[in-house]
Amino acid sequence: MQIIKDGRIVADSWRHLRDNEPVSTAPCTVSGSRWLREREQLSKHEGPLGIRLSGDDRLEDFAADFERFPLIVVEFPTMVDGRGFSIARLLRERYGYKGEVRARGEFIRDQVFYLHRVGCNAFEFAEGEDLESTLPLLHEFSVTYQAAADDPRPLYRRRTG
Amino acid sequence: MYRYDHYDQTLVDERVAQFREQTRRFLRGKLSEDQFRPLRLMNGLYLQRHAPMLRIAIPYGLLSSRQLRKLAHIARTYDKSVGHFTTRQNLQFNWPRLEDVPDILAELATVQMHAIQTSGNCIRNVTSDHLAGVYKDELEDPRPYCEIIRQWSTLHPEFSYLPRKFKIAVSGASKDRAATRFHDIGLHLVRGGSGEVGFEVLVGGGLGRTPMIGKTIRPFLAKKDLLSYLEAILRIYNRFGRRDNKFKARIKILLKEIGVERFTQQVEEEWSHIRDRLTLDAAEIERVQKQFSMPSYRPDLATSREWERRAAVDRNFAAWVQHNTLPHKVEGYRIVFLSLKSRDRAPGDMTDQQMDAVADLSDRFSFGEIRVTHTQNLVFADVEERDLYELWRQLRALDLATPNIGTASDMICCPGLDYCSLANASSISVAKDIYSRIDDLDYLYDLGDLRINISGCMNGCGHQSVGHIGILGVDKKGEEWYQLTLGGNSGNDASLGERLGPAIDKANVAHAVQTLLETYLELRQHEESFLETVRRVGITPFQERVYADH
Repeated sequence: MQIIKDGRIVADSWRHLRDNEPVSTAPCTVSGSRWLREREQLSKHEGPLGIRLSGDDRLEDFAADFERFPLIVVEFPTMVDGRGFSIARLLRERYGYKGEVRARGEFIRDQVFYLHRVGCNAFEFAEGEDLESTLPLLHEFSVTYQAAADDPRPLYRRRTG
Repeated sequence: MYRYDHYDQTLVDERVAQFREQTRRFLRGKLSEDQFRPLRLMNGLYLQRHAPMLRIAIPYGLLSSRQLRKLAHIARTYDKSVGHFTTRQNLQFNWPRLEDVPDILAELATVQMHAIQTSGNCIRNVTSDHLAGVYKDELEDPRPYCEIIRQWSTLHPEFSYLPRKFKIAVSGASKDRAATRFHDIGLHLVRGGSGEVGFEVLVGGGLGRTPMIGKTIRPFLAKKDLLSYLEAILRIYNRFGRRDNKFKARIKILLKEIGVERFTQQVEEEWSHIRDRLTLDAAEIERVQKQFSMPSYRPDLATSREWERRAAVDRNFAAWVQHNTLPHKVEGYRIVFLSLKSRDRAPGDMTDQQMDAVADLSDRFSFGEIRVTHTQNLVFADVEERDLYELWRQLRALDLATPNIGTASDMICCPGLDYCSLANASSISVAKDIYSRIDDLDYLYDLGDLRINISGCMNGCGHQSVGHIGILGVDKKGEEWYQLTLGGNSGNDASLGERLGPAIDKANVAHAVQTLLETYLELRQHEESFLETVRRVGITPFQERVYADH
């Protein structure tokens, strides 16, 4: 399938495994809770492995592991579950995570501006979104008052005049 | 008055374009109702009983005459020529068409106004003291901080999909006129141990279904830490506030469930990570302060005693001066209230013609500035004393000079069942019924300071829990009934009203209120106010009287 990543539409081959599906060497993600349960085995896994976090996960439990994941998926079970916005921002700002942070689930195109600001650089929509026309929305507003993951300076440190 | 710079204006313009596109997609079926709902709510748009309701932000209650004229124009062009001022210092229109809302927002943007975050589960319009900057009991003007918070909270990328709505109020005076103890966050400008001015931070206050008084979680916060501390509170709330039940989703419930101590620890721990990343520069505070145009008071204004001579011979004028004006901190000026509570008016309502006329009067008499109070009245904050008599005559002709500010007929009242789709019972008709029973000024003044607050449902927009007399509309098998409470108060000595007894039917509720008032007159000692009497004797004597009749 196609996703938006780093401002471009790209083909994506990551598989998001259910908790009872065996891991394969192809790129795949597991849930945060599965990672905690099976950390010992999964740590030995060869091949790209990512995790999926949602609002119920305690980020502190994963703090030592983030570096090993090329991909962290932030799950949006509904568009109004705003915990994902804090998770993404904490991954970038608190844990210094540099890999791919991907929003996935029921968020809608009207939210990508905020998601991009809090540190998501990839967007996997639930179904049939027109990605081409979504791209400009990453920069929907030219003015941002706050500091966020995209710029640690609030407007008052950036303003000219 | 805060004046937008090009950043502020650009953002508001871009927001209009965004909403125009969202509305277009919704009307073409490209956005489902479930998807459109949070988006439109964050632009103040409800789909209501008769038509959509649009709530327009009046940041911290401050309006220019130009803005008020625009609101009059919108009322006339897109509505039925009436606007409703709310307890959050905002203005609501009850009859716009959904298709017109983008155009209305575009009109608002031309006068530096918007409807951003006046609803939805986000940080709402910041409210403040309607006497900010002009009354003698103030430590520092809270409005620049309100504006700093407005900017910080506007389109906040992390905190726009919170568990529930989030309200912040700021006060800089010793007397709390902004009900800060009943907001998710209340901020008081206070002087710290070293003499420096900062903020006392209260969290977890609120009205509605589960009213609670806010608790101090930090007695002193330096100004430079204002935004990082707010972010810490909001982040804890966003991550850990309940999302499983909308009636338990406000921050007050989180505070109650985990306890103030643990909540405070979590906030402080979060804050320790971010306090050095996000500091509010003194230069930024100063810049925002300078964006406010301040009245240029005449230094040489000889205090005119003419109005006092008038008052000595004109009883009506004297009553108005006594009840609807306050002394100003600057010699020669006075603060004037415009009462939006009169016999034939729904409390807080104003017609387009009145808006235009008030805009003109504000230009003539009060530096072109108008304030909205959370008790649903207006204020001219800077009136020269020598103009008082003429202003009074003009206001009287507009039915805006009823001398009842702070009295029993100055009721707070939500739109209720007549407009609001959340309401269980009407509130405007109850207010009118009560009004007609206390419409004698001598009686009204004898009753003294009194706050009667009416809400048509649990959500408490009419602040019933903090009314000295609170009236809450409830639905009983399709009929409108009313629950009375006594002893609420939103000021410094905040308290929640105590339930009087079983709900009373619509036909008898105004009579019951009248009985409460008569009981007070019998029980009071010396100069005791209604609230003081209730606090001294408790609710039992009132209960006995009200329910004896039934």
